[in-house]
Amino acid sequence: MPINVISAGIATTIQDLGRPGYYHLGIPMGGAMDRLALRAANLLVGNDEGAAGLESVFVGPELEFTEDAMVAVCGAELPPKVDGEPRGTWTAFPVKAGQVLSFDFLKAGARAYIAVSGGINTQPKLGSRSTYAIGALGGIDGRAVQPGDTLPLGTGVKAVKEGLAVPQELRRGPGSPAELRVLPGLYWHRITEAAQKNFFEDTWKVANEADRMGYRFQGGRKLDFVAREQPFGAGADPSNITDACYPYGSIQVPSGTEPIVLHRDAVSGGGYFMLGTVISADMDLIGQLQPHTPVQFVRVDMDTALAARHDRAAVMNAIRDALA
Amino acid sequence: MTSRYTFGGDEHIFVEVEEAMSLEAFFVSLSMTNAVREAGIEGVTEICPANASFQIKFDPDVIRPDDLMAELKRLEATAESAEHALDTRIVEVPVYYQDPWTNETLMRFRERHQDPDATDIEYAASINGYDSVEKFIEAHSGAPWFVSMVGFVSGLPFLYQMVERQRQIEVPKYLRPRTDTPRLTVGYGGCFSCIYSVRGAGGYQMFGITPMPIFDPEQKVSYLQDFMVFFRPGDIVKWKPIDRAEYDEAVAEVQAGTFAPRIKNVRFSLDEYNADIDGTNAKLMGALYAD
Repeated sequence: MPINVISAGIATTIQDLGRPGYYHLGIPMGGAMDRLALRAANLLVGNDEGAAGLESVFVGPELEFTEDAMVAVCGAELPPKVDGEPRGTWTAFPVKAGQVLSFDFLKAGARAYIAVSGGINTQPKLGSRSTYAIGALGGIDGRAVQPGDTLPLGTGVKAVKEGLAVPQELRRGPGSPAELRVLPGLYWHRITEAAQKNFFEDTWKVANEADRMGYRFQGGRKLDFVAREQPFGAGADPSNITDACYPYGSIQVPSGTEPIVLHRDAVSGGGYFMLGTVISADMDLIGQLQPHTPVQFVRVDMDTALAARHDRAAVMNAIRDALA
Repeated sequence: MTSRYTFGGDEHIFVEVEEAMSLEAFFVSLSMTNAVREAGIEGVTEICPANASFQIKFDPDVIRPDDLMAELKRLEATAESAEHALDTRIVEVPVYYQDPWTNETLMRFRERHQDPDATDIEYAASINGYDSVEKFIEAHSGAPWFVSMVGFVSGLPFLYQMVERQRQIEVPKYLRPRTDTPRLTVGYGGCFSCIYSVRGAGGYQMFGITPMPIFDPEQKVSYLQDFMVFFRPGDIVKWKPIDRAEYDEAVAEVQAGTFAPRIKNVRFSLDEYNADIDGTNAKLMGALYAD
C-alpha cells in the first residue's frame, strides 16, 4: 500500500546511503547529503539505517498515506504536520491510513530527511535506490518525486515506541558562521602564499548555486596563481589542469574566483585545479547550509581530520544507543 | 616519472603521474590502478584512473591514510616496470559533424564563447591552423583516439588522439560553461575529445553528434544490455564522419535494436606505437576493417 504524492515540495528525491563503486565511470556515490540525519530518521521508525527515505530541500511535500506507518523527520527544522496538526522533528510519530503528512515553513537548515517505517521500496539501481537525476538512475524513473507518484513501502519493520526522540544535545546543526574544516592538498601549491592565507581569512557566503553536485561560495578575495607555463593538455587558464579525478568534498576554484565544494552527486573529474578537501566529518553539515549563510573555511591537518571523524562517529553511536 | 602524491581530505589519495598529458603518463596511471586492484588492499573503496593521474578512495577507519600512502608508493615501482601494452577494443563511432542540434545549442550560448562570430568547429579549425572546416574534420577523424579516462558524468569518455604532439589539436574550453549540451555531442577541450553521455552542462567546444548511445540506465540498447556504460579506459576509437541520411538511418537502427557498432579486439603496445605511430595506426585500422 503506497504513499500518494499530492505535492512534491522542492527537489524532493528518494535517497539512501548511496551507490559506491562506480565513481571510476562517472557515476557518483550519491545518497543523502546529510547521512547522519537520514540514519537517525530511519532508526526512529525502526528501519535499517540505510533504508531509503525522502530528502526535501527547503519546502516539504504533501503525502497521503494509504496504510498506517511511523514517520520521523530529521535534519533541517522543517516542521511536520499530520492532517494539519504539528508534530516534532527528530521524533517518531504515527500517521494513519487516510491521513496527510505535510510541512510548515522551514525554520533552520536546508535538507529534511523523511523516513517512513518499511522504507521507500522502489527498485534499486546499481545497488542503491538513491536518485541520481543526471544519470537517470534510482528513485522513480531516475528523477525527483512528482505529484501523482506513488511511493511503495517495504515490510518487516521493528516495532518502535511512539514518541521516541533523538536527545536535543545530539541534534547538531551547522552553526553560524558555519565552519568547514579543510585539509589543504591536491593543487594547493598552484596558488600563491597570499592567496592561501586569504582563503582561510575571508568569510565566504553560500551562493544560490548550491545543490547535490556541489556548493558554490562567494565573497572572498580572488585567488592568485603561481606563474607557470601551462602543461600540455590542460588548457590556457591558470586554474586549468590536465583533466583529473575530483575527490568528494574537494574545493575547485575556476578562474580563482568562486570556490565550489563537490558533494554526493559530484562530477567525477574535470579540468579545474582543487586547493584541498573538506574533511569527511563536515560533509553532512554542508547540505544543511542555506544560500547566503556565512562560512569560514578552517585549515586542519590529517590528525585533526581523523579526530573529527572519530567524534562524528561517536555522535552517531550515541544516537544509536539513545534509540536502542 | 616522478609521481606526486597528495591527500584529498581523509578519504582520498590523489596521485598526479605527470602535469602534462601523454600516453606514457596514462599507462603509468593505468598500471598503478591495476596494481592497486590486484593488491586487494582492505579499506580501498574506489579506484579511479584518469588521463595522467588517478585517485583512490578509502575508509580511514579500516586503513590509516599514511599506511595506504606508503603502500601506493611501494606499488609504483612494480607499476613502472609493467609492460605498457594492453588487450583492448577498437570501436568505430559515427559522427555527424556540424549537425543542427549542437549548432542550435552553440548559437544559444554564443556570448560565452571566445569567438561569437564563428561556430565552435570554425573557431577550432582556425586556431589550429586549418584553412577549412573540412580539413579540420579530416584531421579529427583521420587518426584513432585512445580512451584515457571515463568520468565527469555517467560513462563519458575522454579521448586522446594517437598522433605526434605537433599534430595534436588543442582548443580552450568555453569562457563560461554552458548549462546545456545535447546528449551524444562530440566535444573538445584542452587536448581531449569527449562524447557527452547525457544531456547537461558542459564547457567543451561542440563539433558534432553521434547516433550511438554510450550510456543506457535502462539497458535496452542491444550492446549495453550487459552493462549500462560502454567505454573503458584503453578503448581505441575511430571516428567515422557521416551525413544526415546516415545519421537518421543509424538512429532508426538504434531504436529498432539492430544497431551494432563495429568493434574488434586488438592488442596495443605503447613501445610499438612510439617506434612507428603511423604504422601502428594503419595496423589498428586494418584490424578494425578486416572482413
